Amino acid sequence: MSLTETSAFEIAAEVRAGRLRAVDVLDAHLANVAARESEIHAFNTVTADEARRSAEAVDAAVAAGRDPGPLAGVPIALKDNMCTRGVPTTCSSKILDGWKPPYDATVVELVANAGAVVVGKTNLDEFAMGSSTENSAFGPTFNPHDVTRVAGGSSGGSAAAVAARFASISLGSDTGGSIRQPAALCGVVGVKPTYGTVSRRGLVAFASSLDQIGPFSHDVRDSALLLEVISGHDPLDSTSIPQPSLQLLSELDRGVKGLRIGRITDLPGGSEPEVDERLSEAFDALAAAGATIVDVELPSMKFGLTAYYLVAPAEASSNLARYDGVRYGMRVEASDTNAMYMATRAAGFGDEVKRRIMLGTYALSAGYYDAYYGKALKVRRLISDDFARAYEKADVLVTPTSPIVAFPVGSKVDDPLSMYLCDVFTIPTNLAGHPAMSVPFGTGAHGLPVGVQVLAPTLGEAVMFRVAAELERGAR
Amino acid sequence: MSETFMIEGYELVCGLEVHVELATATKLFSASANRFGDEPNVHIDPVTLGLPGALPVLNRRAVELAMRIGLALNCTVQPCTFHRKNYFYPDMPKAYQISQYDQPLNIDGWLELPGGKRIGVERAHLEEDTGKSTHIGGSGGRIHGSDHSLIDFNRAGVPLVEIVGRPDITSPDEARQYVTELRQILVAIGASDAKMEEGSMRCDANVSVRKPGDPLGTRCEIKNVNSVRSLGRAIEYEARRQIALIESGEKIRQETRHWDENDGRTHTLRSKEDADDYRYFLEPDLVPLAPEKSWIDEVRASLPMLPRERRQRLSAATGAAADGEAVMVVVERGQDDYVLAVGEAGADVARALVHVKEAYAEQGSEPTVPAADLARLISMETSGALTATQAKTVLAEIVEAGGGDATAIAAAKGFEAMDTSELEAMVDDVIASNADAWAKYCGGEDKAMGALVGAIMKSSKGKADGKAVTALLQAKRGS
Amino acid sequence: MLVGSFFVSDHPSVRISADAVAKVARLARLDVTPDDIARLTSQLDGMLEHFADIDALDLADVEPMTQPYPLVNVMRDDVVAPSLDRDEVLAAAPAAEDGRFRVPPIIGLEG
Ligand SMILES: [Mg+2]
Ligand SMILES: [Zn+2]
Repeated sequence: MSLTETSAFEIAAEVRAGRLRAVDVLDAHLANVAARESEIHAFNTVTADEARRSAEAVDAAVAAGRDPGPLAGVPIALKDNMCTRGVPTTCSSKILDGWKPPYDATVVELVANAGAVVVGKTNLDEFAMGSSTENSAFGPTFNPHDVTRVAGGSSGGSAAAVAARFASISLGSDTGGSIRQPAALCGVVGVKPTYGTVSRRGLVAFASSLDQIGPFSHDVRDSALLLEVISGHDPLDSTSIPQPSLQLLSELDRGVKGLRIGRITDLPGGSEPEVDERLSEAFDALAAAGATIVDVELPSMKFGLTAYYLVAPAEASSNLARYDGVRYGMRVEASDTNAMYMATRAAGFGDEVKRRIMLGTYALSAGYYDAYYGKALKVRRLISDDFARAYEKADVLVTPTSPIVAFPVGSKVDDPLSMYLCDVFTIPTNLAGHPAMSVPFGTGAHGLPVGVQVLAPTLGEAVMFRVAAELERGAR
Repeated sequence: MSETFMIEGYELVCGLEVHVELATATKLFSASANRFGDEPNVHIDPVTLGLPGALPVLNRRAVELAMRIGLALNCTVQPCTFHRKNYFYPDMPKAYQISQYDQPLNIDGWLELPGGKRIGVERAHLEEDTGKSTHIGGSGGRIHGSDHSLIDFNRAGVPLVEIVGRPDITSPDEARQYVTELRQILVAIGASDAKMEEGSMRCDANVSVRKPGDPLGTRCEIKNVNSVRSLGRAIEYEARRQIALIESGEKIRQETRHWDENDGRTHTLRSKEDADDYRYFLEPDLVPLAPEKSWIDEVRASLPMLPRERRQRLSAATGAAADGEAVMVVVERGQDDYVLAVGEAGADVARALVHVKEAYAEQGSEPTVPAADLARLISMETSGALTATQAKTVLAEIVEAGGGDATAIAAAKGFEAMDTSELEAMVDDVIASNADAWAKYCGGEDKAMGALVGAIMKSSKGKADGKAVTALLQAKRGS
Repeated sequence: MLVGSFFVSDHPSVRISADAVAKVARLARLDVTPDDIARLTSQLDGMLEHFADIDALDLADVEPMTQPYPLVNVMRDDVVAPSLDRDEVLAAAPAAEDGRFRVPPIIGLEG
């Protein structure tokens, strides 16, 4: 097996044992980057030199008898909205083009301390606002399975980097499905953990009460490994849950015997037929492995999109106000500070970001708060309550991740309905703060990957990973 | 003071909003230093600068100091939340201020003025300070006409408590008393150094006027008042301005006005008509704060005696009025414990109050003389062993040296009280050799007594007690 | 891109006026041309129309949900950590002078 097809779990084990050199693993991945990055555009920045130094340090540590950690020598890609000290962090926006943070995000410190080797910063929809990575100031990311199609988004670059084996694993952020949807479209595993299990410190905020960092990988075990490393309490994030890191690797082989798997009977329709077929095969596989399939209802799920498109832009309008041309990032000079603000922000933000800032500002403004933002927060509660009732009957829920497979670049601007449906299965999880993950499960139209989503209640990652591992076995 | 303050038939209605910087080591939401007066931009961190990805974490000590303020102002400490107040300004790094909105930490208290009147405190909430802008070019550092501005973020994120007073103040003097009393409380409880001149205590005044019995008038908010003295001036100016407008048939516009120390006027800063839309919403990066009862009780128990109670204690011990000058200034300087210690060491405590007030409180210096040394001196003075003049000389020496044995110093100077017959003989001599002055004095010219007393003091080399001399002269004249 | 779905609206704007859009752009500090305002008005109106799906819900007794995980009293100790390096930070600023961040004259910030 080639080094780029070796799992992160095995790479780390071999490197730690001194049987494999981190620099060789890195070189194999960089060779893939050299071969295909020009057609995929997964990265905003490739950090080959820094990566080489990290890999050499890992090898030196092993040679000196020290343990570099559970991700020893594993090449990792980071979504370009996570702060990396001295390395550009752009959020795929002109307004931050070239900005080098003076500090590392907590997750960046954690993966580095675990021995991982950062190969680059990946492309995204500007400030993570989008579902296709087409809203990047630096151009779209293309799907490694078919480079005429989108990789999904907003973490499209991180999904594509893993799918194209530019990196063994990667990190994305998920505000409304931004890890799970591109994972499904690129045929990899993607996990959105429980809100508060992974530190947001150093993650450039989109919507603070929804954002969560999570892993991409080829298999469920590698996501479990990476999530064990990045989860845990961070005293520098006030919303971080005070509990130790998740223990997941030990759950993977426990099977699903006796578990209750929820099937949502009032799931919004409109999925491609192949996607529905894969979903029913997934239920069959779980049933065959000893799980019980139970029916649940989530009547408020259909309002998720409205709640999301009020809450997320409202928070974003405030989070993105700091890009004012005073302390960092770009500035358009003008005769007074206010004119400088207006010109800088008009030139620095793309259309989608501006629309959401406008919407969010409006939803919070005097006279409209109650009608929009306030009401959305109440709908958020309804959705959360629906989930709570469903989880009385079921241990996890299973849905498609995306109703459709990867679509051609540029095609969906004129196909609003299927675009609308893109995030309808992922958004409610973020509103509730629950964990969910996408697992590749066969193919759909045009032989493109289909993902199945496993949803679990707050801090239900252990059972979620058990079910995901079973689905992975069932898909083989 | 008890009579109603009126200007041209109008009553003044005033409420003060006071911002105080808390005496913490670090900022409200991050760990860089909270320190005044350093080089610009040396206390900065990702949170202070509003860097992308930065997250706030609340400073426990700031919460505790805010609770001290609330409890000292008789507030209820309650569960509370933080909101974002969104507005753009270059010294506001995130373009929002984290503040408290509908659920502040402290509510419903009061402050009692020295004369006994209570001014209501609506709330005292936590929030973060802004950075500082310096305006370059143009005239005299003013914002208008400047060429550009420079921003220092050392102050950004410094913890503030905003104390919102109720509009119970009805005269400029009450406003001054309120701020003075508040300042003393803040210093006494260790919450802030509360220096208006350094900006660690800042005061905005909401001012309106009305005819007695009328409903409240339209108010204007006066900003940029940098001393207790200007506070009174600014309020009085603003009240007169409003009265003049009303009298000329014009309407008061609700607006924010700026006090200009140089011309002694207030100027329009911004009108409330283009009302700010701050788009308050709950800060999603922070969680609610609900201090446990045990913590509140602990903070309450740790509060020191407050100025008002200390003034009453000193008044009771000395017989001086609690809102009299001596008690006020000695307590303000925190020298009341020292006065009481001198009393406990055996001296007349009323005399101790006078000496401490004159030697220290009014000089703006701290007592260094051991209480026992001062007590010995006062005892010699009150027993007649030293004249008032001699006592003053010895005291000056002790204060200068930071202590000393009054008995020994008096002996070394040859100070001993003259006995009565010695003094009478000296008085007779002086009368004989100053016949003119004596004649004038006997003729009813009291001024002439000064020359006689002076001559006696001179011939006694200061040993004579002025009071005794005066009494003798009066007795000899027969009046 | 999902938002794109709401923008296909050729009906006249009934939920938000062009004036309101211009005011919101000012609040958000975004320079907009008259064309931008016309386009944004139609787009925002389309979105608000979609959001009307929650208007029929009875939300009177529903508690707003702001925080996904219920934490309370998260605080840190009052201990100083080193400052960022001023020169490094100012080097990344659009304009600096005298150890401080430089901005054009501060006027016109109200409203
Ligand atoms: Mg105020
Ligand atoms: Zn304030």
